[in-house]
Amino acid sequence: MSRLTDTNVAIAHEIIARYPRPKSALIPLLHLSQEQNGYVTDDAMKHIAELVGVTPAEVLGTASFYEMFKFEPVGKYVINICGTMSCALMGSEELLHHAEHRLGVKAGGTTADGMFTIEHAECQAACTEAPCLQVNYRYRFRMTTQQLDVLIDDLAAGKLAEEIPPHGTLARVRQHIPADRSVGAVPPEAPGQEPVWMNGKAAL
Amino acid sequence: MTGTYAHAAGFYAGDRPKIVTSRFEYADSHTLERYLATDGYKGLRAALSRSAADVHEEVKNATVLGRGGAGFPAGTKWGLMPQGNFPRYLVVNGDESEPGTYKDRLLMERDPHQLIEGCLIACYAAGLTRCFLYIRGEMATAQERVAAALNEAYAAGYVGRNILGSNFSVDIVLHWGAGAYVVGEETALIESLEGNRGMPRLKPPYFPAAIGLYGQPTIVNNVETLANLPWLARNGAEAYTAIGTKTSPGTRMVAVSGHVKRPGVYEIVNGTTTFRDLLYGDEFCQGIRNGNKLKAFVPGGGSAPWFLPDQLDLPFEASQVGPAGSMLGSGAIMVMDETTDIPHAALTLTRFYAHESCGKCTPCREGGTWLERILTRIVEGNGTDADLEQLIEVGTSICPGDFPHASSERLGLTAVPFPYKMTTICFVGPSAYAPVNSALTLFPEEFESRVTKRNRIPVTAVGGE
Ligand SMILES: Cc1cc2nc3c(=O)[nH]c(=O)nc-3n(C[C@H](O)[C@H](O)[C@H](O)COP(=O)(O)O)c2cc1C
Ligand code: SF4
Ligand code: FES
Repeated sequence: MSRLTDTNVAIAHEIIARYPRPKSALIPLLHLSQEQNGYVTDDAMKHIAELVGVTPAEVLGTASFYEMFKFEPVGKYVINICGTMSCALMGSEELLHHAEHRLGVKAGGTTADGMFTIEHAECQAACTEAPCLQVNYRYRFRMTTQQLDVLIDDLAAGKLAEEIPPHGTLARVRQHIPADRSVGAVPPEAPGQEPVWMNGKAAL
Repeated sequence: MTGTYAHAAGFYAGDRPKIVTSRFEYADSHTLERYLATDGYKGLRAALSRSAADVHEEVKNATVLGRGGAGFPAGTKWGLMPQGNFPRYLVVNGDESEPGTYKDRLLMERDPHQLIEGCLIACYAAGLTRCFLYIRGEMATAQERVAAALNEAYAAGYVGRNILGSNFSVDIVLHWGAGAYVVGEETALIESLEGNRGMPRLKPPYFPAAIGLYGQPTIVNNVETLANLPWLARNGAEAYTAIGTKTSPGTRMVAVSGHVKRPGVYEIVNGTTTFRDLLYGDEFCQGIRNGNKLKAFVPGGGSAPWFLPDQLDLPFEASQVGPAGSMLGSGAIMVMDETTDIPHAALTLTRFYAHESCGKCTPCREGGTWLERILTRIVEGNGTDADLEQLIEVGTSICPGDFPHASSERLGLTAVPFPYKMTTICFVGPSAYAPVNSALTLFPEEFESRVTKRNRIPVTAVGGE
């Protein structure tokens, strides 16, 4: 059902090839599956286990450590309201209460129409722009309750679809290492041998 | 230009030396075109035209202090790797998530090529054959910008095989996390990069420089640390150390948040700029909001013990801030004015660390949760005086002995210097206690007025009068 599509399998192989050990690709592949399905499904974890060569339990073991992976469907838009000190000092609690009231769900909950999930989040590295929030990991700074209302209206009306992709998609640019430029996951030197440029001479 | 740049939200340039933020004024600062037009990749060329050992020496001479929190000099760290054990890796710490900290994300979003060039110089100088650039999961734009910059840099021959036609070859692989603060700790970062749960390893033996990624020698450096290297390679150690002080040369990016008039990110001169300059200076935060009085501030990220107005004249210099009872940490200052409810403010930090505990050590896993629950009870008005003792008892089980704190003229307190003892593997456990200890020590009256006294009343007095 929700195994990775052929396109995504090709991307997965490209990602795996960058690491000396395939298991390192687990988190990027879990993100890829979440991008495809909006959350991490059991089938996707089994598929990733096959691709990486570990057991499905190991995939779940890793995935369950990390907050961003969701194992049940969440809203199309996940709104993370920061509640750590700098944002709290600038009134983020009011923002969270307002969102809960407006959408009729508590933090951690999803609206019945599947549009919104609200979460109490921790510091988002935008502390000078407090209080702040992220919608599917895109920032909104110095938010007021009025601005939050406008944001929710705009999201519901599909006005921000271009800027904010549905939950699961992070960067919309993927790294691509051209084959003729790549050094390869394992260095060309024999194990234990120092790289060629460490010869006491200038490289250029 | 001194204004904020709309595309670099929160950043104020000012007329100060710029080592890492010189391109922020350009809206297209993240592109290769702009980078090349503004000295881009000239540092790499300068480095490659010298031997790797020479470049390493230059970085040592410049004393580039690590900007991730511990402040260990980069050149010295690179020298700690055992001889003859290859391959060696570079892991870039772009997991920025310490409460109050906002600088690495700007550096990745606004000047990704500068970071890439820094990684290349580090790999060349220290003989590192592969670089993994680990960006925090929640930073979609930073991931996007760095991915695009890497694609440009590969296509133009700056990264990959035989860089600029030389015998220097290294791949830079973009990796990204999935939401876990503790992964910023270097050994947890390595666990995470190996595809595991991001739990810290014991040091010793797992010092990354000795046993790191895939068991190989590994250098973990912060984004800002590496972003210093292109400027240093172009201008030399002498120019670098001419800025700031001997023990804290160069500049630092600092985020000031909370109750100031102009919260923002500033590149400041290291070692000499004082907290008073930052909080009250015209070119910085311009004072406390609404003309209010300063109550307290956190000087170095959420893990740092708090300072009072008594400490405002300390400079950004570890050798002075440590004895005064705190640390500079990750360059993050959080300011509380007189309207702040101190126990509640402490709770917003303790809750963070309790929530982010990885669960490996009992004092952190259990203690953090206890601290959060007791503090919540007190903040909600349901605490008793026994709770205050309990907070200290739990705190002492995480950090035995005197916990560092600032001096206070008002309370007649002398400072207890940094650092503390700890019963945990990493600093998350102690960090849950730091705000509690600071709040209790520096503002005892705010707790006492909040809790109910539970006097022990015997059934009847002895002898019954
Ligand atoms: C709990 C914890 C979280 C940390 N988070 C970060 C972080 O987000 N970014 C960072 O660069 N360093 C972080 N550090 C520090 C790293 O362990 C490490 O010292 C640093 O990345 C080394 O780079 P530097 O020498 O260039 O500063 C953290 C440390 C601890 C104990
Ligand atoms: S101190 Fe806390 S976060 Fe750090 S290793 Fe121990 S349990 Fe994990
Ligand atoms: S405290 Fe909210 S972004 Fe840092």
